[in-house]
Amino acid sequence: MPTPYGPKANAGPPGLTAKLLGFCEELRGEGVAVGTSEMLDAFAALGEVDWTRREDFREALAATIAKSQDDRRVFELLFERYFFRTAEAEAVQRGVTEHEEGAPPAGEGERFDMSELSEAIREAMEAGDEDRMRDLARLAIAAFGRAEGSGVVGVDVQRIRRTLGLTAGQQPPAQDGSERPPIDREQLTGFERHLRRELERDLIERTETLPPSRPLAELDRALPTSPTQDLAAVHRAVSQMKRRLATLGHEQRGRKKGQFVDVRRTMRASLETGGVPLRLRYRPKRPRRPEIYVLCDVSTSVTSASVFFLSVLHALHDSFRKLRSFVFIERISEVTDVFEHERDFAAVAQKISSEGGVADVSGYTDYGRVWLEFLEEISEDLDPRSTVIVLGDARTNGREPHAEVFARIAEKAGRLFWLNPEPKLYWNYGDSVMAAYERHCDGAFECWTTKHLENFVNVVAGASPASE
Amino acid sequence: MPQESVAEVKEALAAVGYLADEPAALVSFLAQKLGKPVLVEGPAGVGKTELAKALSRATGRELVRLQCYEGLDEAKAMYEWNYRKQLLRIQAGGEAGWEDVQEDIFSSEFLLTRPLMQAISSPEPVVLLIDEIDKTDQEFEAMLLELLSDFQMTIPELGRIEATTMPIVVLTSNDSRELTEALKRRCLYLWLDYPELEREMEIVRLHAPDLPETLARRLVEVIRMVRDLDLKKPPSIAESIDWARTLLLMGAEDIDRETFTQSMSIIVKHRTDIDLVAERVGVKLADPLRAEG
Repeated sequence: MPTPYGPKANAGPPGLTAKLLGFCEELRGEGVAVGTSEMLDAFAALGEVDWTRREDFREALAATIAKSQDDRRVFELLFERYFFRTAEAEAVQRGVTEHEEGAPPAGEGERFDMSELSEAIREAMEAGDEDRMRDLARLAIAAFGRAEGSGVVGVDVQRIRRTLGLTAGQQPPAQDGSERPPIDREQLTGFERHLRRELERDLIERTETLPPSRPLAELDRALPTSPTQDLAAVHRAVSQMKRRLATLGHEQRGRKKGQFVDVRRTMRASLETGGVPLRLRYRPKRPRRPEIYVLCDVSTSVTSASVFFLSVLHALHDSFRKLRSFVFIERISEVTDVFEHERDFAAVAQKISSEGGVADVSGYTDYGRVWLEFLEEISEDLDPRSTVIVLGDARTNGREPHAEVFARIAEKAGRLFWLNPEPKLYWNYGDSVMAAYERHCDGAFECWTTKHLENFVNVVAGASPASE
Repeated sequence: MPQESVAEVKEALAAVGYLADEPAALVSFLAQKLGKPVLVEGPAGVGKTELAKALSRATGRELVRLQCYEGLDEAKAMYEWNYRKQLLRIQAGGEAGWEDVQEDIFSSEFLLTRPLMQAISSPEPVVLLIDEIDKTDQEFEAMLLELLSDFQMTIPELGRIEATTMPIVVLTSNDSRELTEALKRRCLYLWLDYPELEREMEIVRLHAPDLPETLARRLVEVIRMVRDLDLKKPPSIAESIDWARTLLLMGAEDIDRETFTQSMSIIVKHRTDIDLVAERVGVKLADPLRAEG
């Protein structure tokens, strides 16, 4: 006997569990780390809340699954899409349509009064009433008439919006003549989203197939503030680097020298000998934290790479407390403060370009001058414990490279690495003087992707960092 | 008292003066139901710490607070042996045998409990607030893992100490550093942001009940305008409340340019920010002179 919903579907294991697992699977596909423990939490949470309420259902899932703001953003996008698709797929399979039960088909009956409709929509947008907006979106689509639709969802959305005379910004006065508050872009997009959804639903119903699901576009999922490079990957590579740098090159020198007696532990040890401190305990020697100086070229010749470099810098600042960073073009300028006070990457990038004060006249890099200035400013602080990392392309624009000054820096610093954003093939062509500098480095690497960065970390950590 | 639904949690929080939004109420509810720690992130001054305090008031539990800072170690966070007392015990013990002494001096009597230990060993259920976890090192986070997942702690001399009652654990982070996956995995996640206009108005009026509604609305609108600017330190909710009280004291009836300039330092606290705000927001406000003349 057919159920009220038509013949029962029998594809795949039914039920919420399967759907949720599918959802987690899709989240993983987009790079959100959803572990088994998160899934278990999610199910436990759903057992506690009233999950028939959409809001609660979503928040409970989000709280247990999405553990950062980035994840949350991907979660929101996928949640909308996944459950919409799942519901529609189910509907298609079971043959559920909306217009069966005597509802007047679109286009029949009285024409809707467009101005009244748009009035109602404005009110709903102001109130932020999602349910009402959805209903109104359906009304609007019906009023617009399917026949006039182009069949392309995006085009139809805009057409309907224009027909209704909805725009962001100042609104025409209401029918009773009273002033209306302006509608901002976001509210309008909210309504458009409903329109789009309902149009898609219509389309699926008519064609009885789901459009193919696409992975989220990079543009969609990236936070509007984050750079194009995958910040998270850079951060991972750098945190690896931190661990390795911390344990490198800190052989114990003069074991007993400069040790401090740890009174607390000595006393505790003395308990074994009845309170007589026979054996002294010393404070453990902590490996000293490495001091790192990073010099980053931000001139136009490395424009494409500097976003990447800045994100490396940003990540370094996250990992190291004792880090001083500099940016340079013609002159050098310390930007440690900027990174320490700004967490947001976009803000950092913007501040550096506006306040860096590194370009003098031409905007061309002057490596020679940079070395001189750097040495002058910092030479007293450089010691064998410090590591200097240069990010740049070594293109001097024909100016004096001052390799001998660079050599002095290399001599003073414990280690010096060069990361070059150009492929090795291009080094020393044109105005690149990489060879002159490379001689003095403990290592020079090509580096313009996170993969290279990881490689750099591995080389630094693996073999003894001898110059070639 | 335990609350049985999200709505009840929300009410209970409101009753103690914390207006939680839907996600915050839901996560607080889940934390109690599932017995999982909550990681709260968000900009400074949106009420992360306050949420924990409100939870403790709403549930009638004691609040145990661990303020994190760089260099915090287990002796200050978990427990420490009171070695002075141990020494005294040994010297005062006289003829007692070594076995007895040894057993005695490593008993809980000689243990100095620190916040984490205190939260676990408390006979009454508590709310444990671990504030600004992002200020500590990753090593400290790792140390917390045992506590957060099993609510237990291992002391070599005493063995495992399990929590007798289930604490509600709230961790806050200002997002100044990425926390480890392992820690996040064990927590429920809640992102708190600046509240919506209406809700912030309610909050302000809750804390400054004498403020007329029109003025409160105006205040919140101006605050939001200020937040939209690119400031070093945007005004937090606490500062909105302070400002509301200041305006009450000043007897202001509207926020015009003069009152704004006079009281601006309540909400903006950086030299450069003040200039920026005066330039961008100050000019948008009505000129008091023009209104009079």
